[in-house]
Amino acid sequence: MTKSITNPTRRQLFGLAASAGVAAALGAQASARTPVPTKARIVIIGAGAGGTALANRLVRRLEGAEITLLDPRVEHLYQPGLTLVAAGLKPADYVLSQTGDWLPDGVTLIPEKAAAIDPVAKTVTTEGRQTLAYDFLVVAPGLVLDHDAIEGFSLDMVGQNGIGALYAGPDYAARTWQAASKFTEEGGVGLFTRPETEMKCAGAPLKHTFLIDDIAKRAGNGGKIDVQYAAPQSSLFGVPIVAEKVRMLFGDRGITSHMQHQLQGIDADRRRARFSTPDGSVELDYDYIHVIPPQRAPEVIRQSGLSWADKWTDQGWVECDMASLRHLRYPEIWALGDVAGVPKGKTAASVKWQVPVVEDGLVAAITGTEPSETYNGYTSCPMITQIGRAMLVEFDYNDNLVPSFPGIIAPLEELWISWLMKEVALKATYNAMLRGRA
Amino acid sequence: MKDLTVGTLIAVFEEIFGRGLFWAMVGLAAVVTLRYVYVLIRDRKISWHKFLLAQLSMPVGAVLAVWFVLVMTHSELANIGGPVDLIVLLGVAAGGAVGAAILVYTVQSLLWPPAAERR
Repeated sequence: MTKSITNPTRRQLFGLAASAGVAAALGAQASARTPVPTKARIVIIGAGAGGTALANRLVRRLEGAEITLLDPRVEHLYQPGLTLVAAGLKPADYVLSQTGDWLPDGVTLIPEKAAAIDPVAKTVTTEGRQTLAYDFLVVAPGLVLDHDAIEGFSLDMVGQNGIGALYAGPDYAARTWQAASKFTEEGGVGLFTRPETEMKCAGAPLKHTFLIDDIAKRAGNGGKIDVQYAAPQSSLFGVPIVAEKVRMLFGDRGITSHMQHQLQGIDADRRRARFSTPDGSVELDYDYIHVIPPQRAPEVIRQSGLSWADKWTDQGWVECDMASLRHLRYPEIWALGDVAGVPKGKTAASVKWQVPVVEDGLVAAITGTEPSETYNGYTSCPMITQIGRAMLVEFDYNDNLVPSFPGIIAPLEELWISWLMKEVALKATYNAMLRGRA
Repeated sequence: MKDLTVGTLIAVFEEIFGRGLFWAMVGLAAVVTLRYVYVLIRDRKISWHKFLLAQLSMPVGAVLAVWFVLVMTHSELANIGGPVDLIVLLGVAAGGAVGAAILVYTVQSLLWPPAAERR
């Protein structure tokens, strides 16, 4: 009997069933549309999250297109991981990979910065004086951290004398943790700031505040710390319903807030920070300060005439349609990622939503059809409120909450599952996005 | 989450564990499951003797699975913040328990088939 059951036919049947399952799973993923033949010259400025993900998708959608990326940076940064590095939860190399590792075959990477864009002649000139003509241009260079705008502050100070600045990169995030961890042990006043300009991930200043507060309390030093949050805005978060929740959490944790306080400068020797407020200049003492500088579009964008003329004039974000991300004056140009002049969306999650929209717009322009995808301002912030818990806050242009898992993962509740997403699934999803697979 | 398809999920899991390890684990789980089905069909009955030991291994599997997840994610049981967290935790424990039971039962059945058991 045993013999008849273990005969090859039965085994083959099992093998077939297993491989059919795998094939079905892979089939779902390989259901790509037929590539569009084209000779279009596409230049993408920036090989960060947006540029890389778009390039990977375009090589699959287009056949024969000449795709060129411009980016001098050898290292690719997984920026959502910087808050974890700055809280000692991950090493600096957690956020590091090589730009070249993510790019598909069939695209050209020129390791140079764009020095000039001529949207009328449709050319991009690199820093090495190479001129590239394009049919379509995607600007995705990211943004610039204007550290010089904070008087008395420079990046070499980070990590010493109670100064942190996690946005500046993995090394600075690690040094931020050196300064912050000292604060969690020795106590004193922790001053957490945010800039007046638009910024990358508006949740990150809050995450850093919550994490350092939590780490100090876990170490039994809750009685020694006085955590203060200072921001130029009038509320703690751009989305009112989230701002209220953060206000309640601050109350619960004993964190005080100074609204309408814009960081102007620091006196590192005396450990005092100067803020401008509606009532004039105010100075606050600190033992640890987290500095987030104003953020602006790169110089090349601002000088090429691509920026809004009447909005964000000190910041220079690209003038584009909120829904299609297409430039309002130059229809062969799209903005993608941090540099886009839209009211929300300077996060990796936004990039994930924006990339298919730009891809669709580009392919539609090539084929002469109407694009169908639009961007609704989706932004997601797994707002860490302590080690082991986060709130999965997702919202759109209209400040509506748009939860991915309504009824299952409550957006305004501190949950372990939201922490798990940030800790385990987020980088994986990000990497899958870079490869154009998510 | 945009476009949560099977393909996206596979891509995400490949990134979490690495492509090789992920498919090796899928392969291992498939092999164990197939061997389990095989011994059930071969023996044409459940051996309650083996099932007892398999059941005894379930709490061990549950605890190990929960411990593994907590350690890997810098978490602790106190982080459970809502019903969905409890469901996830119980799901992890149940997965560990069932996995351990299937593994223990299958290994026993392969090592000591019914004929050997009677001897």
